[in-house]
This record gives sequence, structure tokens and C-alpha cells, in this order.
Amino acid sequence: MMPATTHATVRGEDATAFAFDPSVNRLPPAGAKVVVAMSGGVDSSVAAAMLKEAGCEVIGVTMHLWDYDRVGGNAQFEHGCCTVEDRNDARVVAGRLDIPYYVVDFREEFERGVISNFVSEYVQGRTPNPCVACNSRVKFGVLLDRARELGADYVATGHYARVALDDTASDAGQADRLVLKRGIDGNKDQSYALWEMTQEELARTAFPVGMLTKAQTREIAERLAPRVAAKKDSYEICFIQDRGHERFLREWTANNPVNTGEGLLAIEDPIRPGPIVDTNGQILGEHRGHPLYTIGQRKGLGLAAGRPVYVVDILPETNTIVVGDDEDLLSDRLIADGVNWHSADAPAGEVRGQAKIRYRQEATPAVITPCEHGVARVEFEYPQRAVTPGQSVVFYDGETVLGGGIIRE
Amino acid sequence: MASIYLDHNATTPVRSEVFDVMEPFFKDRFGNASSIHRYGQDARAAVEEARARVAGLVNARPGEIYFTSGGTESDNLAIKGTAYARKAFGRHIITTNIEHSAVLNSCAFLEREGFEVTYLPVDEFGRVDPGQVEDALTDRTILVSIMHANNEIGTVQPVGEIGRIARLRGVCFHTDAVQSAGKLPVDVEAMGADLLSLSGHKIYGPKGVGAIYIRKGVEIEPTAHGGHHENDVRSGTENTVGIVGLGKAFELAAEERESEYRHLSGMRDALETRIRVEIEGVRVNGHPERRLPGTLNVSFPGAEGESLIMSLDIAGIAVSTGSACTSGAIEPSHVLLALGRDPRTALGSVRFSFGRDNSMEDVDCVMDRLPGIVAHLREVSAAQVPG
Repeated sequence: MMPATTHATVRGEDATAFAFDPSVNRLPPAGAKVVVAMSGGVDSSVAAAMLKEAGCEVIGVTMHLWDYDRVGGNAQFEHGCCTVEDRNDARVVAGRLDIPYYVVDFREEFERGVISNFVSEYVQGRTPNPCVACNSRVKFGVLLDRARELGADYVATGHYARVALDDTASDAGQADRLVLKRGIDGNKDQSYALWEMTQEELARTAFPVGMLTKAQTREIAERLAPRVAAKKDSYEICFIQDRGHERFLREWTANNPVNTGEGLLAIEDPIRPGPIVDTNGQILGEHRGHPLYTIGQRKGLGLAAGRPVYVVDILPETNTIVVGDDEDLLSDRLIADGVNWHSADAPAGEVRGQAKIRYRQEATPAVITPCEHGVARVEFEYPQRAVTPGQSVVFYDGETVLGGGIIRE
Repeated sequence: MASIYLDHNATTPVRSEVFDVMEPFFKDRFGNASSIHRYGQDARAAVEEARARVAGLVNARPGEIYFTSGGTESDNLAIKGTAYARKAFGRHIITTNIEHSAVLNSCAFLEREGFEVTYLPVDEFGRVDPGQVEDALTDRTILVSIMHANNEIGTVQPVGEIGRIARLRGVCFHTDAVQSAGKLPVDVEAMGADLLSLSGHKIYGPKGVGAIYIRKGVEIEPTAHGGHHENDVRSGTENTVGIVGLGKAFELAAEERESEYRHLSGMRDALETRIRVEIEGVRVNGHPERRLPGTLNVSFPGAEGESLIMSLDIAGIAVSTGSACTSGAIEPSHVLLALGRDPRTALGSVRFSFGRDNSMEDVDCVMDRLPGIVAHLREVSAAQVPG
């Protein structure tokens, strides 16, 4: 005997059915078991509702990723981890949808795969994107494993992106080949952070809200749980809730060994003052520690140069920050490594498409040339400002993600 | 798929006989038991009748039973109440490392207040050695708090022996009988208990009501101060509805205890036997004989713990494991860690706790589903590349 629950629907009386067209956004078939990563926010709540509506057997899961005890910065004096309120919202939504809901403990995996990597990249003079690491190592890493254990064929999230059948596939053997596509809502598109996904992962993934605009998503959420619908979008790095970037890096490096590229080491004072030089090597001032700066940064340099200057290079070996003019930031090419091509095989020769070098920036025309060992060369049609090592470069052909890599130089 | 509830150590449904006696007290017989008028007299009579019933079940006098909001409050009252009342005589407390968190966290609180707490270890079956209690006693010891039966593994402690040791040294003895009351004989005289915690919802009574036995002459400092209710030990308007339900639940449990013991242990033993025979490499946690009748705790090494619980729930089998942390994620049970299990094995452990509505068919249903789930999880986790 199970407790009786009310069943909420995602559609109003007047709403039309969603277009479940696999060439637009492939969703799991009715009856498929799907684990939905629910954060308690608007997008993942609606994702769960849509799949339930589509007749899937939905299991809601919230990933417990970090604790304030470990990452500090508990300015709101919240209890325990992530936030209790968000989880309670997820529980309410799961209850209304009448789906089972669990919290899984991925603190270890998140710390190893995301936080440690985040710190290590900064210490090595790069500017990481932790969401990319979290997607590939946690969401489509351990969460997929967990789904397999539960007998679920799919994992779904609230990302604004799509998985679709590749309509360019020519061979019969490629008929079920999948591509990652941008979300329909161009302003919300999150495909950038998903470039590391493999064919195998795409095959087991669904992004239901990728075919909606944010406004549509909120409308559905309104019917499902008004409290959730009213939530603001989160742009911050989730484990630095107080935006205390410097505080976090200082505390973490003081208390934990850091991978410096030569293994895990307890390093003394990785964030210490050093020289700020111009492009001729002339010392202009002192910085507070190179991991606190990023390429293209203008504010917070504390220089009276008489003209705007920008960080154009970070030299971790000598703890030096190089500043220059706006023009010094422009580059017409970059080298990326760790390159992933969604179509499984790297293309034989150069590819004409677009490249996007940071999350909040449009893709720009470029020619991408695959090289050996997962390296690719990207040449922009127009020079790009502040190409930042550690960030991802993602290759597009219009709506379709071709692949991506990590910017090295 | 039919769902099966095997988590009676967590909570039980209210029996209809209990519900029936409670119902009038919500609306018609709503008086405040402390009021002088007829309404109050009616409520007071019902509360005192319940008190006498509860007293009867544990071989106490009615005046030694005080109603509380449940097991947690009773444990807090026993431990902090004794500590504050007797701190002039010493500041040392003895307990075990497998107690309920209400006891452990009350002790941890007192440690921060300057008290000293000895946490005795248990053997591989979860039993405390009374000799160790004796050795741990000092001139400054004011309280020994050791549970009657463990909620997670069901192991029953030699409380009678421990009570005798404490009494010889003039030290107060508290036992948490929340899990054992109604399932095993609970006799404060035989146990030598000065303080004993009880709860309603583990024995088909309502949630939010419990009781504490305080031996006449034993002084405790109240934790809630107010309008002199419950002889000043526990202020607050009596929860008449709950108290009446608690009384009835205890009465029924006492009447049916022996037949229920056979019913519960029969199902438990059948499940234990089938699991041992049909699933390889399992380990049963707890004492083989000195154990609560309906409790079975089993480790399934090689099967991922979180997934095991989730899979069983999805398969319609409600069981429990470890304890949920604030996030709702599962943490390894402190009890299983105390038995010497490693954290991974502890996480991959399941507690089945039977109740009066279960039947042998439920055992068969579990065995239709459990072996396949364990085999699947073992297979999948063996295939995963660690890290």
C-alpha cells in the first residue's frame, strides 16, 4: 500500500503537445527508465515533468556535491551542504510528479574531478571552467554509472541543449548516430559546457528543456510549482556561493595538496605577490598572486599606467603577470588539446565552422584543423580578444556541436 | 508492483484500535488535562488511565511515568536531566558507541559543557561487556546509559547485569527501550533501571508521543520549564490525543507480545535463511540469538550501497540503511562501523524490520526481487573502472 499522491501535469488545458521529434530533440521512448538530475531549480524540475508526461519511468536524483565545511564561504549560515531549500524544492516537485526521489552522495567524485582540477588549473596559470569538468566527470560520469546500476537507460538534465539524430549521416551503419545541438533558446544555450560528451554518453542522455525557451520553461514550472518557477537563474560557481573567489583559492591551497602538473603537492604559498610587467619586461607594479588574475582582466590591477592596460599573459613559473594594450589581447589562432569530436572520429582534414571560446560569447567563423594526439589548431576569420588558456573552445556548425577542446595557447 | 513495508524499526502505522480510542479526543473530549472543570477532568482521567497502562507494561508505578514528545526527548531528559541534577557528585558518564543519536548527541553536548563521557566499544555482535562497564566506573561517574535493544542490528544488551553493577556503585542507570518495549519483556526492576525511554510510534501508536520512566527518588533537572505539568519534570499541556493512543498501543502490545514474538521471528528467520542460501557472500549483522525478533541486518559486499537501497525502493521494498545526513544522502551507519565493518560494506547493508501486518508471502516477495538486484549491482560495479 503506497501513500496516495496527487498527480500534477505539466500542460495546462489549452496547451498543445510538445513536438517530440527525434531530429529536433531525441527524448527517451515512453516506458524507458530515466534518472533525472534534479537540483530543485526551474529547468531540471521541468525536465522531470516533461519526461513523466512523455510516459517515461522517471527517477529523481539530487547530487550531493560539496559541503560548506569543506569549501567555506557559508555567508548565509546555511546548514550542511549545497542548500537544503533547493533539495526540499526538488522533493516537493518529485512528490507532485509522483516519482521516486533520492539524494546521492558524490562529494568525493566532485572534489576529485571538479574542485581539485579547478584549483590546479589556476595554480598552473590557466582559467578553468568547472561546469565542463562537472558535466563530463560527474553528471555523465558517475551519475550515468549510478543510472546503470538502477537499470535506467538514460540520464536527463535541465541543460538547454539537444541530442538529435544526425541527419547528415550517410552510411546505413550511421543511421543512429547522434549529434549534440544548441538549445532552441539562443540566450540560454548551454551546449558549450557539454562538448566533452562522447557518442556513447549522448546515446544515454536527454535534455528535455533544450527544445523550449526559458519563458516556456517557466510557464510549465508555474503550473508545477510556483515557488520553483520564481527562482532566479544561477550563474555563479556552485561551490563558491559567496563569490569569494580569492577567499576560496587561498583557503583551499592552504589546507589541501594541489596538483601542480607534477603530482599532488602541498605547496607553500601558491598565491603570493609577484611582479606585474609590461610586454617589454618592464616592472610596473605588484600583483597579489597570479591565480587571482585572468586573461583580459582590466580591473583590480592597481596600476596607474595612464592608459587602460589588460592582463595579456600569466607566467606561473615566475609568478609574473604581463599586461599590455587592448591590441595585445587579440589573436587570430589558438591551439587546443584534449579534443573531442562528437562524431567519434576526428575529421580527416580542416573543417570550416564556428568556434566559441567562452561561455558568454558568440561563436565566430573559424577553420579548425585536427592534429595528432587530440590537438587541434583553430584559426579565426576575425581576431579574437582574450583567448584564455584553460577555457574551452567549442566547434560548431551552425546549431550542431562538432566537438571541442581545452585552450592551451 | 505490490509494495512491501519492512521498516517497522523506523516507524509503524497506527493500529485501528488505537486510532479509535484517540479519535474522540481531537474534537469532543478536547479539554486541557490541567483544567479544573469537567472538560479537564475528562481529559485528566484519560491521561492517568494511559499512565497506569504504560506503568504496568514496564513494571513501574504510575507516578514514575512521565509523558514526553517521544524517544528523543526522553533520552535528552534522562541524560541532560541527570547530568545537571547530579553534577555536584561528578561529571562522568558512561555509554556505548552504538547508541541512538539522541543519546550520542546529548552526550556530545554535555562534553562541550565540560562533562566527560566514556564510549564503550562493542563486540562483533554489538554486545557490550558488563565487565567493561564496571572497569569504566569511577568515583565521579553519575550516569550509565546503555540501550536495551539496538535499532539497527537488533542486538539486545545485558542490561540486567549492567543495572546491577551500576546500582552497587550507586550510579544512575538509564536504558533506551524505544525498540524493545512491546517486543521483549521490559521490567524496570529486573533491569535495575532508574530511567527508561519509551516511544509510541514504534508499536503502532501515534508519532510525537513517548514517555520516560523515572524511578521514585531519582532527581532530574527538567529541560523545558513552564506550567508545572507532569510533576514539573516536563512542562507543556498534555498531548491527550497522543497519550491516550500511546496507552492503548502499549496495552495491546503487552497482550500480544508472545504471539507477536513468534510471528516476527518466524518471518525474520525465514528471510535470513533464504538470503544466506540464495545470495552468496552475505554477512548478517547483529547477535544471532540475542536480537529483536523482527530485525535482520545484512551486508551485501560488492553491491553499491546507495544504489541497493534505491533499487529496492523502486522494486517496492521499503527497507532502511545507515542514516540520512542533512542532505538526505546516506552515510555509513555508526553502529556497523562500531562492529568493525568498513565504510563501503556498511553502506551496502540493509535493515529489514518486520511488523504485525507482514506475512511469509512478503518474505517470498522480497526473495523474488532481492537476489536479482544484488547480482545486477555486483555485476555493474565489477565492470566499472574505479576512479
